[in-house]
Amino acid sequence: MSAFLGYFRQETLPHIWCPGCGHGTVTGALVRAIMRLDLDKNKVCIVSGIGCSSRAVGYLDFDTLHTAHGRALAFATGIKLARPELKVIVMTGDGDCTAIGGNHFIHAARRNIDITTIVMNNNIYGMTSGQYSPMTPKGMYGTTAPYGNLERSFDLCELAKAAGATYVARGTSYHVPLLINLIESAIQNKGFSVVEAVVQCPTYFGRKNKVGGPVEMLNWIKDGVVNVKAAASLPPEKLVGKQLIGELHNAPANEFTADYDELIAKVQRTYDKFQGGLYGCALNSD
Amino acid sequence: MTKNAKLMQGNEACTLGALAAGLQFYAGYPITPSTEIAELCAEELPKLGAKFIQMEDEIGSIAACIGASLAGKKAMTATSGPGFSLMQECLGYASLTEVPLVIIDVQRMGPSTGMPTSPAQGDLMQARWGTHGDHPIVVLAPGSVKECFELTFKAFDIAEVWRVPVIVLMDEIIGHMREKVVLPDFKALRPQRRAAPLAPGGYRPYAADADGGVPLMAPFGEGYRAHVTGLFHDESGRPSGRSDVADTLMRRLARKIEKAGPLIEEHFEESLEDAEVVVISFGCSAMSALSAVRRARREGLKAGMLRLKTVWPFPDALVARVAENAKRIVVPEMNLGQLALEVERASRCAAPSGHAVPVTRLGKVNGELFRPEEVYTSIMEAFASAGITASPGISVSSGGQR
Repeated sequence: MSAFLGYFRQETLPHIWCPGCGHGTVTGALVRAIMRLDLDKNKVCIVSGIGCSSRAVGYLDFDTLHTAHGRALAFATGIKLARPELKVIVMTGDGDCTAIGGNHFIHAARRNIDITTIVMNNNIYGMTSGQYSPMTPKGMYGTTAPYGNLERSFDLCELAKAAGATYVARGTSYHVPLLINLIESAIQNKGFSVVEAVVQCPTYFGRKNKVGGPVEMLNWIKDGVVNVKAAASLPPEKLVGKQLIGELHNAPANEFTADYDELIAKVQRTYDKFQGGLYGCALNSD
Repeated sequence: MTKNAKLMQGNEACTLGALAAGLQFYAGYPITPSTEIAELCAEELPKLGAKFIQMEDEIGSIAACIGASLAGKKAMTATSGPGFSLMQECLGYASLTEVPLVIIDVQRMGPSTGMPTSPAQGDLMQARWGTHGDHPIVVLAPGSVKECFELTFKAFDIAEVWRVPVIVLMDEIIGHMREKVVLPDFKALRPQRRAAPLAPGGYRPYAADADGGVPLMAPFGEGYRAHVTGLFHDESGRPSGRSDVADTLMRRLARKIEKAGPLIEEHFEESLEDAEVVVISFGCSAMSALSAVRRARREGLKAGMLRLKTVWPFPDALVARVAENAKRIVVPEMNLGQLALEVERASRCAAPSGHAVPVTRLGKVNGELFRPEEVYTSIMEAFASAGITASPGISVSSGGQR
């Protein structure tokens, strides 16, 4: 336990999350994955946006950046390009990542930049007290969906895969050992990795939708998912209304910053001793 | 005649100024009339082992720049009005978190899409107040192609020393105009280095000294394990909701740039010592204005010129001093009075016993550069309203810069 706590800024604890919230479970799973991989604390940079889940980075003893709403991946892109040797991890929520940050999400995936993105999906905006998000299932309730949500929700994992992410997985705060494994694999993938972590928000989602407290919500999450391996041998009727958990997509491809370094090497070979170009001319005239 | 004389446009000179200052990271999104800066960075940065990225929008561009700056690289983005508007939230982020950053805004006609290829100076107030909340900011306005080089170079130094985002406020004319420029010897330039602060142990990223200055920015990835947040924070960088912490932070940030003001202030002046009508302007409008001032001088009228290069923090003391001796002030600008209002404020504040110099708000918003005769006419009207007629034998004093 003390080694585990060593990855936290203990003076910042206790955290601000509500009792029974799932974000702490996911934060713990990330730290356990980092411990297993024995990553150098000084070479990990964790970036977040705005929302309940994004507060996680403040408690973690790495270089941490709590950015603007929706922009974590854009900030992280700058960090990773500037220092490709760093392990860059983004912690974000469903509203932060798929609504206001949706554009950055698909473009980071398209580039296949080596960033691990953990999306804590509680199907609702918790920080602003319970509005529906692009991940709120149709028909469920939020403070801005008092008569039920009319909008269809994203399948975040399909979205990530279609946009070009090379590692995509879904876990939950109920299936913690699986979640740790998935995050560990995601960090190891050299490319854009997404782990959707389905978590409970008993305070707003659970209450608004009469699902119940933390325990009832965890059971509700458990009952709504099927492991992708088990799903392969189940009849279709058993899969109706279920979300798959586990590793959903693993297709390594050229990584952006590595390609960039190759491009630089090529350009520098071509322009070695080259005295032209805007800067070359300025530098070499006297 | 030196070999280092070149014909180039303002956007090129700006890019060169950034490269000379040690630019290592550029993120941007295409927008007229700033695009040449992105194109040149895309071509030049990889040759230097540095990075260019075209982001998905201007919000992502400034965010990536802040990320790169936090990772220890000198970073810049360039845009125009619509993109500059999109950057405002993250500009406030950089301001509050005190991240060095340079933003080039090549102004065009707005609001909205406006006239994309036409010049304007309507972002003067957006550059100062575009983001929400009180915040420190530095804005420099070049008035020639050469100054695009000089002020962009200087912008990086200010950003590093004061840990503040610096905006270089250009316009379509300055950005696209071609002039002969004599560049300095790059090898002799000494840009501010991005040095790491003390040893990592006990690093307090926001521990201010008596002047409100903060320690150097610790780059990510070097063992400092710093936390940076857009929430109000204490000296350690940890978020705080305490009112005394918020108050201390806000006042320190304001004081920091107040202190910086006189040290970074720069302007061009001509014939001010005995000027009765003073033209105060910046950027492209000041080019036409200078020509008009010289014509008035040739005709025996005591006209003078003040061109601001540091527009924010506003040089209150300078404008007050100039206003004290003037009978009339004319402010030509390509907007409807954004600079004129500041000039009126600064001149009134300093005026003894409420003496207020009349200020002519010579705004132009049709997308066309001032013709010198338009400013000349306004100068003549100012002389007439002050009851002054031409006296022979007055000559132009030599222009000077500071």
